[in-house]
Amino acid sequence: MDRFAARTGRHYRLFDYVGAPDAERVIVMMGSGAGAVEETVEQLLQQGEKVGLLKVRLFRPFAAEAFISALPKTVQSLAVLDRTKEPGSLGEPLYLDVVTALSEARTAGSTDSQIVPRVIGGRYGLASKEFTPAMARAIFDELKGSKPKNHFTVGIHDDVTHTSLDYDPKFSTEDPGTVRALFYGLGSDGTVGANKNSIKIIGKNTDNYAQGYFVYDSKKAGSVTVSHLRFGPRPIRSSYLITRASFVACHQFQFLERMDVLDCAEPGATFLLNAPIGADEVWGHLPQSVQEVIIQKKLKFYLIDGYKVARETGMGNRINTIMQTCFFAISGVLPREQAIEAIKGAIRETYGKRGEAVVSKNFVAVDHTLSHLQQVTVPAAANSRLRVLPPVPERAPAFVRDVIGPMISGRGDDLPVSAMPVDGTFPTGTAMWEKRNIAQQIPVWDEQICIQCGKCVLVCPHAVIRAKVYDALLLGNAPEGFKSEKPRWREFESLRYTLQVSPEDCTGCELCVEVCPVKSKSEAKHKAINMQPQAPLRERESANWDFFTHLPETGRNQLSHSQVKDVQLLEPLFEFSGACAGCGETPYIKLLTQLFGDRLMIANATGCSSIYGGNLPTTPYTLNSLGRGPAWSNSLFEDNAEFGLGMRLAVDQQAAYARELVARLAAQLGDSLASGLLNAEQSSEAGIEAQRERLAELKKKIATLDSPEARDLLAIADALVRKSVWLVGGDGWAYDIGAGGLDHVLGSGMNVNVLVLDTEVYSNTGGQMSKATPRGAVAKFATGGKHAGKKDLAMEAISYGSVYVARVAMGGSDTHTVKTFLEAEAYNGPSLIIAYSHCIAHGYDMSQGMAQQKAAVLSGYWPLMRYDPELRAAGKNPFQLDSRAPSIPFKQYAYQEARYTMLARSNPEAARELLHLAQEDVDRQWRVYSSRAGTTEAAESPDSGSPTAALVTLQPVAAGGEKK
Amino acid sequence: MIDITTTYLGLPMKSPIVASASPLCESLENIRHMEDAGAGGVVLPSLFEEQLDLESQAVDSDLSRGSESFAESLDYLPDLHTYNLGADGYLELIRKARERVSIPVIASLNGVSPGGWARYAGMMEQAGADAIELNIYAIITDPNIESADVERNYCDLVRQVKANVSIPVAVKLSHFFTAVGNMGKQLDAAGANGLVLFNRFYQPDFDIESLEIVPSLTLSRPQELLLRLHWVAILYGWVKADLAVTGGVHSAEDVLKSVMAGAHVAMMTSALLQHGIDHVASVLAHLVRWMEKHEYESINQMRGSMSQRSVEDPAAFERGNYMRVLSSYTLQKTR
Repeated sequence: MDRFAARTGRHYRLFDYVGAPDAERVIVMMGSGAGAVEETVEQLLQQGEKVGLLKVRLFRPFAAEAFISALPKTVQSLAVLDRTKEPGSLGEPLYLDVVTALSEARTAGSTDSQIVPRVIGGRYGLASKEFTPAMARAIFDELKGSKPKNHFTVGIHDDVTHTSLDYDPKFSTEDPGTVRALFYGLGSDGTVGANKNSIKIIGKNTDNYAQGYFVYDSKKAGSVTVSHLRFGPRPIRSSYLITRASFVACHQFQFLERMDVLDCAEPGATFLLNAPIGADEVWGHLPQSVQEVIIQKKLKFYLIDGYKVARETGMGNRINTIMQTCFFAISGVLPREQAIEAIKGAIRETYGKRGEAVVSKNFVAVDHTLSHLQQVTVPAAANSRLRVLPPVPERAPAFVRDVIGPMISGRGDDLPVSAMPVDGTFPTGTAMWEKRNIAQQIPVWDEQICIQCGKCVLVCPHAVIRAKVYDALLLGNAPEGFKSEKPRWREFESLRYTLQVSPEDCTGCELCVEVCPVKSKSEAKHKAINMQPQAPLRERESANWDFFTHLPETGRNQLSHSQVKDVQLLEPLFEFSGACAGCGETPYIKLLTQLFGDRLMIANATGCSSIYGGNLPTTPYTLNSLGRGPAWSNSLFEDNAEFGLGMRLAVDQQAAYARELVARLAAQLGDSLASGLLNAEQSSEAGIEAQRERLAELKKKIATLDSPEARDLLAIADALVRKSVWLVGGDGWAYDIGAGGLDHVLGSGMNVNVLVLDTEVYSNTGGQMSKATPRGAVAKFATGGKHAGKKDLAMEAISYGSVYVARVAMGGSDTHTVKTFLEAEAYNGPSLIIAYSHCIAHGYDMSQGMAQQKAAVLSGYWPLMRYDPELRAAGKNPFQLDSRAPSIPFKQYAYQEARYTMLARSNPEAARELLHLAQEDVDRQWRVYSSRAGTTEAAESPDSGSPTAALVTLQPVAAGGEKK
Repeated sequence: MIDITTTYLGLPMKSPIVASASPLCESLENIRHMEDAGAGGVVLPSLFEEQLDLESQAVDSDLSRGSESFAESLDYLPDLHTYNLGADGYLELIRKARERVSIPVIASLNGVSPGGWARYAGMMEQAGADAIELNIYAIITDPNIESADVERNYCDLVRQVKANVSIPVAVKLSHFFTAVGNMGKQLDAAGANGLVLFNRFYQPDFDIESLEIVPSLTLSRPQELLLRLHWVAILYGWVKADLAVTGGVHSAEDVLKSVMAGAHVAMMTSALLQHGIDHVASVLAHLVRWMEKHEYESINQMRGSMSQRSVEDPAAFERGNYMRVLSSYTLQKTR
C-alpha cells in the first residue's frame, strides 16, 4: 500500500479511520457510501458529537489486529454496514467479521480497551437504493439508544418486518460552496455525453473539484436520463444523488407535463428550459404547478429552442452541444470566451476521429447558440390552466396506480415494503398504462389503398399497430374520425375491418411503413401507412385506440394461423415493451404470443429480452379478454435451458397427476366428462377450445365435491389444457454461456421449444462478440473484425436427428417464420428456431431492419431452412432449404451495416481479407445446405434418431400435457 | 516514324489517349498497366467532398445511435482508433501513383463548399498531382436558382482553385448550358487550362413494378461522341484552354475524330471497362496504322483540321445543317 501511495499519491491503509479520536459511536463500512458517512461525521463533530467512521480498505483477508488497532479505544457502540443480504445467516459478512474480531481480541487479551462495544449490523444501498447523510445520521442516532435495532435496514421503509430506521430527509451536509446541477434529458438527445464533457472541462480548466453521476431508466427507446453534476473548490465526497440543486436544466419540454423536474431546485436556483416556444409566450405553456414553483422559489428562468438551433446547424436531434453551451454561459463557471474555447476543444477531442464535417457542425452549433438563449421575465402570479398529468390514468387498477405509478414518475424509492407483491410476482398487462408519447411521428392508415395484408401488424416491435374485424353495428358508438373498411376476407365480407395505431405507445420506428407493400397509384411515396406528426393526432387517435381496444377479438378457431394475413387478427399478448425503437427481436416474441396465446410458458434467459420482457416499472406481457396470459420468468444465462426444461417437467407432472385424479373421480364427475378430458385431442384451436369448455365444467363439478382429491384437482386442473413451453434468449445465451445446458435439453428429447433471438452480439450489454458474431464484423472484444466464422448452431442441433430445427428471418419471409413457429410447437420433441434479429448494435437505421433481413437471405448469408424429423417418417428428406440460391454478393448485404464498414474504414486491408473469407463462409454454407437438402431419404435411415423412440424412453410422464 | 505524342494542360503526353476517371484508376496496378498500354496520362477517380462529409456524418451517427441511453450499454459499437475519414486515402493514391508511373497523373475533384474546392485542390498539389480536373458534377434541381448564378459560381471556383495551386487546372463540364460556347469562354477567362467535354450524368430509371427510382449506370456508347465532337469543333480556336473529349471514345477512329475536331486528348473509360486496359494498345496500333495509311506525320498535324473554323462549310455545325438533315430524312422516308 505504501508503494501504491508512492506511485499514485493516494494513501490507503488496511483500515482508515476518520472522526473524533475519542469517538463513542462509530460506523464500520467499505465502499463509496463511506463518503456520505464521512460528510455526516464532519458535521456532527462540529455539533460536538463524538462519532467516527472506520473505512475497510482490504476486506479479504480480514486483518483483525489492524482493525482493532484502528478502532478508537473509547468506542461504546458500533454499527457495521453491509451492502448485501445473506438470507439465513446470522448476519452479513462484514458484521460477522467485526463481531468475531472483537470477540477474539478480548479472548486473546490483545485489546487494552476496557469497554466492550455493542455491535449492531445493518444493510443499506441494496438494488441501488440511495444512501445519504440523513441515513447515516439516523444510524448514529440509533447507536445512542440503550437497545439499538440490530440487523436493521436503512434507506427503505420496511413496514412489514419493521427493521428499517426512520430518518429525516431534510438533514443535509451539502457544501454551500459546491455548485449542484441537475440535467433532465433523453438518451437520444446526447445530454449525458455533453455532461461528461462538461465535467471534464471543469476538472481540467478550473481549480474546481468535479463529480458526475448519470441515472438511466429501464427503457432502451425514449429513455430518460438524469445527470447529476457537482463542482466546487473543496473535495467532493457526496456519494449520493443531488436533492438540492442550484442549477436545473430540462432538455425536453414534454417532461414538464409528467415529471416534477423542479422538485430539487433550491430557492434562487437557475432553471434552463429547452422549449419550442419563444420567451414571450413560454409562460402560458407551463403547467400551473411549474409556474408556482418558479415564482415561490424565485428561480432565474432561461429559455432556448435547442431543436431549432440544432436544425439550423445540421445537428438533427442532437442538442447536446447547444445545451452544454447554454450551461456554461449561464453558470459562469468559466469566462464565456474561455468556456467556448474549452467546449470546442472537447468537441475536437470527442469527435475529431469522426471527421471534419462532424467537428465543424458542432462548432457551428456552439457559435449559434448564445444568440438564441433568452432570460424569461417571470410574472408575479401563476395563471396556467395546464395541470401536470398523473403517471398513469386514474382508472388504472389500484396496484398500477399506487405502486407502478410512483415508480414511473421516479418516486419508487418512497414506496414502503408492504407495497411489494408478497411472493415477488408482478402483475402482467401493466405496460399499457404507461403512455410514454416518445414518437415524434406515428403511422397513419390510408384505408382507401390498404390491401389488409397484415405485414405492418406483424413487424411492429411494440404491438402498437393492430387489426380487427367486427360487426358493423359496433361502429354506432365510434368516435368521430374512426376509420373502417370492408374486410378483404370472403368469410368476413359482411363485417368491418380497422387498422388502428396506438399513438401514445408508438416509438416512431417506421418499420411498418418500410414493409408496407402498397404504393398509391397517383403518388408513389404515399403508402397504405404513412408517418405523420404525432402531436396533432394524439388526442383523436387515443380516443380511436381506446374504442378499438374494446371491440371484440375474432375467435381464434375462425382464423388460419399459418397465414400472415390472418395472424394480424390474433390478439398479441406482448405489447409496449421498452425495447429499442425498431427492435428486431420483439416481433418474434409478439408472434409467439399471438400464435400460442395464453398457453405460453416462457423461460427467458438474461439479455435484452429479459430486460424489456420483465423489467420494472411495467410488464409488457399481458392478458387476453378472459384474463389469461402467458406465464414468464427470467433465469440466468447459464441455466435457462434447464430452467425451461423444469417448467416442462412440472407441467407434465401436474398434467399426469390431474389425469390420475380425473380417473379416480370419474364416477363423481361423470364418465363422459372424465373420458372427454382424458382423451382430448388438442392439436387444433378447436380441440383446445373444447378442452377448455370441459375444464370449466370440471371446475363447476369439483366445487360441489369436498374431498382432498377434489381440492388437489382444482389446484392443478388447468394443466389438462396443453401448454406451450418456450425457452427464449439471445445468442449470448444459446451460442455461448448457456450452450452446454441448451445442448443437454435438446438432447433430452423432451417437448420444449427454443427460440434464439440471434442478434449476433451480446446486445444488452452493448454489443460484445459472441460465437454467433459473423466473420469480419466488428464488435466489442473483436475490434479488429472477428476472425473466426459464426458457429452453425442449426447444424449442431440437426446432428441429433431428433430435433426440429429452423433458421428464420421475418424480413426474408414472414410466411416461413409463421410456418416454422407452428411446426416447432406441433412437433412432439425438442424444437429449435434460430431467428435472425436485426439490432441497433449492427449499426444502421433500424427502419431498414426488415430490408436488411431480406438482403441477408438473398446473399445466402442467412439461408431459410427447416429440419423436420417427422418428414423422415413420411419418407421425405427432413432437411428443407426454403430460400433460393444467393443472388447478391455478401458484401452488398454486409456493407449496409457499420459493424462491417467501420473496419473497412479503419483497416481496409484487414476488411478486404475478412470480407473475402466471409464470402467463402457463405459459399461453403450454401454448398453444405443445398447438398443436405438434395440428399435422398436413403441417406438417413428412417429409424435413426426417431423422435418417437426417444420420447418413449425418455419421457416417463403420461401424455396429459402432450401436444398430440 | 509517326509521331503520336501530344501535350495536354502543358504536360507532355506520349499518346493522345488518357484513361479518364473510373474505378479502374483506384488501383496502382491498373495505373501501371495503363502506362504500359500506352496511355498518355491518367485521371484518378473523383474525390467527392460531399461524400467525405457524408461518411463523416455516417460514422458519427453510427457511433452515436442508441448511446448514453441505457446503463448497461452506453454504446453499441467499439470506437476504433481511426476511421480514415477525409482525403488521406485519396492523397495517398496520388502519392503512390506519382511514384510508380512516369505519365502525368491528374487528380479529379468534386467539391461542395466554397472553401472545399480550393482546400482539397491544394492538398492534391502537395501530394504530387501533375494537374487537377475540376469535376463540376452538379445537378441544379432547385428551380429557383438562376443559370447566370450557376455559371458565375463555376467561374468563381475556378478562380479560387487557380489562386490556390500552381499546377494546371482543367474543368470537366456538362453540356447542359444554354450557351455552351460562352460557358467555355468564361471558364477559359477564369483561368482554366483545359476544358473536358462532357460529363455524363447518371440518370435514374423508374421501376414501374416497385414504383421506385432505381440507379442506372450505363457505359457510354460511341454515338455519344458526336455531341462532344460538335462542341469541341465549335470551341476550337475560341479558347486558350486545351480541349479534351470524354464520353463515347471507343476506337481509333473516335480518337482521330476528337483530335481533328480540336482536342488535345481523347479520354477513355467505358471501352476500358468493357475490353480491358490493353484496349489502349490496340487502339493506338490501329491509330498508327490509319495515320500511316493516310500519310499523316503527327497527331498535332491533324488537330483542329475538322473544327468549325477549318471546314469548308462552317454552317454544317449550325441550324441550316440541322434543317438539311431533317429534310433529307423526310425525303428518304417518303421515297
